[in-house]
Amino acid sequence: MAGAYTPHAAGFVDNGGPKVVSSRFAYEDSYTLERSLATGGYEGLRTALVRPPTDVHAEVRDATLLGRGGAGFPAGVKWGFCPEGVWPRYLVVNGDESEPGTYKDRLLMERDPHQLIEGCLIACYALGLSQCFLYVRGEMALAQERIASALNEAYDAGYVGRNVLGTDFSVDITLHWGAGAYIVGEETALIESLEGNRGMPRLKPPYFPAAIGLYSQPTIVNNVETLANVPWILANGAEAYRRMGSESSPGTRLFAVSGHVRRPGVYEVEQGVTTFRDLFYGDNFCQGIRDGHELKMFIPGGGSSPWFFEEHLDLPLEAKDVGAAGSMLGSGAIVVMDETTDAVKACHRIVRFFARESCGKCSPCREGTSWEEKILSRILDGYGRPSDIDLLLDVGDNISPGPYPVAAHPDEGLDAVPFPPRQTTICPLGPSSVAPITSTIRRFRHEFEAKIIRSDSIPVSAAAPGEAGS
Amino acid sequence: MSYFDPTNERTAREIIDRYPRPRSAVIPLLHLAQEQEGWVTPAAMIQIAEMTGTTAAEVLGTGSFYEMFKFHPVGTYLVNVCTNVSCQLLGGEELLNHVETTLGVKAGGTTDDGMFTVEDVECVAACTEAPCFTVNYRYFHRASTDDFDEVVADLRDGRSPIERGAAGDSGELPAHGTLGRIRQHMPDDRRAGVVPPEQVDGAPTWMASMAGASSDVGGEEG
Repeated sequence: MAGAYTPHAAGFVDNGGPKVVSSRFAYEDSYTLERSLATGGYEGLRTALVRPPTDVHAEVRDATLLGRGGAGFPAGVKWGFCPEGVWPRYLVVNGDESEPGTYKDRLLMERDPHQLIEGCLIACYALGLSQCFLYVRGEMALAQERIASALNEAYDAGYVGRNVLGTDFSVDITLHWGAGAYIVGEETALIESLEGNRGMPRLKPPYFPAAIGLYSQPTIVNNVETLANVPWILANGAEAYRRMGSESSPGTRLFAVSGHVRRPGVYEVEQGVTTFRDLFYGDNFCQGIRDGHELKMFIPGGGSSPWFFEEHLDLPLEAKDVGAAGSMLGSGAIVVMDETTDAVKACHRIVRFFARESCGKCSPCREGTSWEEKILSRILDGYGRPSDIDLLLDVGDNISPGPYPVAAHPDEGLDAVPFPPRQTTICPLGPSSVAPITSTIRRFRHEFEAKIIRSDSIPVSAAAPGEAGS
Repeated sequence: MSYFDPTNERTAREIIDRYPRPRSAVIPLLHLAQEQEGWVTPAAMIQIAEMTGTTAAEVLGTGSFYEMFKFHPVGTYLVNVCTNVSCQLLGGEELLNHVETTLGVKAGGTTDDGMFTVEDVECVAACTEAPCFTVNYRYFHRASTDDFDEVVADLRDGRSPIERGAAGDSGELPAHGTLGRIRQHMPDDRRAGVVPPEQVDGAPTWMASMAGASSDVGGEEG
């Protein structure tokens, strides 16, 4: 039935909390212009267009909207980095979601493309951007269709293109598909890809493409979820937005909780006030670890983040607290693992990901990630050497020198090393591969050793053949 | 030398027209080429180069960076099984094993009848719905080995497996090469207009006219 509301539509679980970005997710026709308009769609744009662009920018800055792609940089501040008097300026939307464990931007694009389009329009209006490129991950065919069809509707109805809603404001949004490369999620690699090149990150500085970006022009690169928040902020005001969540992390965030929980799903959660424990064990959320099992460890912010354990459950979902404890919230991707999980195997799988996805531009990453992968492979295959544990840490140290961010290990009296890691590379991909390695070696060294010094090894006698038994 | 059929050539020109610089259309045109023939042929790269002001070597250089472009024929159906951590925890590797055994090819291989190519892939953003596989990039969530067998049976019998309602998707499952079955269209009379950056000499004109505030925001233009 069109228009039906299904609280547990695939992926998304309605937990009864405030909804900034997921309010339409559970409607079967959530992606249509009709549903969008019937539920307050494009109201934020209307509010924006009666105000001067600078006011609209100020509203978003006052909301302290933190970027949702991983780094958590305030979007309103990033918007302010465009150099004065340099035109044209562009908006590039980062919809290349591929961090292991992350499932939110795909939902936002498939379920509510009009919300995203509205966010793009508001950003373009606020900053005087000439054109918007909506870069969707290549593998997401349904998201591409839903956005294409939403853009077609929006063009026909006068929401996008020339003279938006009868005003002078005019802007084109071009839908662009990627073609399978994790590294393109890095904003300068995304720009390279959009220029028709191999998706390799650019040298820094400049640190922000707002200075020099697409076609060497000022370019704002924002994550899908970040822009999806913007219509609500304009429609309801920065003050209302800041009333949700905590002072340093206002608003809500989408968290995908996967792995060994009873009810995995994508939850819209108030930041800063909800804890990992609420999320994993709450009745409105994941309802606990799967039957008969207990928590062993969890990844709090995607494959790139150092791992957390039982004692971190009461940390709030807040960037600063999680950073001080040695990890990051990253892209809102939480992977829960129970005691049946082989820590070395899970570590290897994530490292293999980085080895495969390294673009090859920086030697420490190109060589280092594949060394890490090979060493972990041989340990799993039973050919590990006693020196391999130190070798892994040493290779990691060449990609990310010095103490690597890691959670405290109270039993061993080891303190946490706060986020972020240092890097010998242009982008954080290589350093990210070290996260699962240092996390598992610190906590589960015995699991590595058990695989290296196997109990079924044949004892070798040093005695010469003739002397045996004499 | 022409690779694109007349319809696709028109589409290709429309796509190029949406970018301030033609080179930006290289990846979209590689997708279009793959849609036409199921893989990217040398002739396609030559024409893409001509249309975007690049060389065939540059087109291959860009294209070969990206996993989705195939420079040799692959199966009509590309089966991608995710084995990254969220899926691994709930049986992704076992599912891949089943797929390989059932189809009789290892990851990276194509069945003798040219129907299926199997790949062991990285996270496809369906982590809460693990384990997961895709066929020609259409998702199958919380997949059992039986689910996979049913999808194969559907495809062999000419039925669309996405009609099972997998992952909120519906309709026909196109052959490998086609991604979105709906394309963006920009009607000429609705376009704001795309110009190369070097031809822009200042802020958009509407910045000045709307800087003062309260404009008359109309309804739909229909």
